[in-house]
Amino acid sequence: MAVLEVVSYPDERLKRVSDPVVQFDEALQSFVADLEQTMRASPGAVGIAAPQVGRLQRIVIVDVSSVINRNRTKEQQNSSSNGCMILINPEIARAEGRVVGREGCLSVPDFTGNVARAAAISLTAFDPAGRRHEYRCKGFEARAVQHEADHLDGLLFLDRLVSPRELFRRKIYRSI
Amino acid sequence: MNQSEQRTKSWYMMTVVGKDRPGIVARLTQALFEGGCNLGETSMTRLGGNFTIMMMVESDAESTRLQGLVGPVADALALHVHIDSIQARLHEHTEPNVQISLYGADRAGIVAEVTGVLAEAGLNILDLNSEVAGTGDKPVYIMMIDGYAEGGIEALKSVLERLKARGIEATLTPIATLVG
Repeated sequence: MAVLEVVSYPDERLKRVSDPVVQFDEALQSFVADLEQTMRASPGAVGIAAPQVGRLQRIVIVDVSSVINRNRTKEQQNSSSNGCMILINPEIARAEGRVVGREGCLSVPDFTGNVARAAAISLTAFDPAGRRHEYRCKGFEARAVQHEADHLDGLLFLDRLVSPRELFRRKIYRSI
Repeated sequence: MNQSEQRTKSWYMMTVVGKDRPGIVARLTQALFEGGCNLGETSMTRLGGNFTIMMMVESDAESTRLQGLVGPVADALALHVHIDSIQARLHEHTEPNVQISLYGADRAGIVAEVTGVLAEAGLNILDLNSEVAGTGDKPVYIMMIDGYAEGGIEALKSVLERLKARGIEATLTPIATLVG
């Protein structure tokens, strides 16, 4: 296993659409192990996508279990936890609700911003052995899956920023 | 980097205010670009219908020459320009860990009161915007704050209760930044 180099924007690979995985072989399993080790070596990271290490394949890993136990925000308190999810060729089948939360990215150092994501999603994905699974995610875990799945379509959270001022304003005016 | 690029550059804070109209930012920043300046972080907003901007400007020029660079634009658009030499660094953002929104019937001293108790409770304000909403005879003061709570969130919660007793509604939302 190895910790891989994380590429950062403006590396053009982060803006490209990744290809589906077709071979569920040892090479794939070895890469997934490296990708997971890379995520674990990155402080605070709850997910990683293959394009972030320069590999344009539809593979992401999400594991929010270390974070949601801290229960700091409502989104974390409401979060599902499916443990360490290795999602190959993930497809988000349903998405409901809209929640704004703060995101940062290993590939975009020194900036965080507010992003609106679906509050709950259901998805299908394959595991490294090629078995198909269904998942339901909500809260912080749903946010993490959507953030990582975006990487597979060449999208960064920078593509989805919302103005904090506008959102705040709407929220306050509603409550007056 | 060649020899000519090795002249020492320093940071300035350029503040520009005036009557708002379309195209001010474009004209100011074009003049700075043509004068060989780099821009760092900036913040522009309209306050009471006025144009305001603060810009980090990096330049090897003295502040009087910077003033000269934007002078023609400022004169043409009747803008006031103020320039300070500053110590500045990029790529060292402090992440906020709490967002606080507050509102109440407007009255003299409301900002001092709110920020005073928040400072006492250990809040370092990283970003603050406030607005006067409502109507002329019933103004409502609204504040939106991003901050870093040095002493944790709990200390802040109790001071927000105190504000509530004095007619200021407050909502505290912890920020947990997703990194992925």
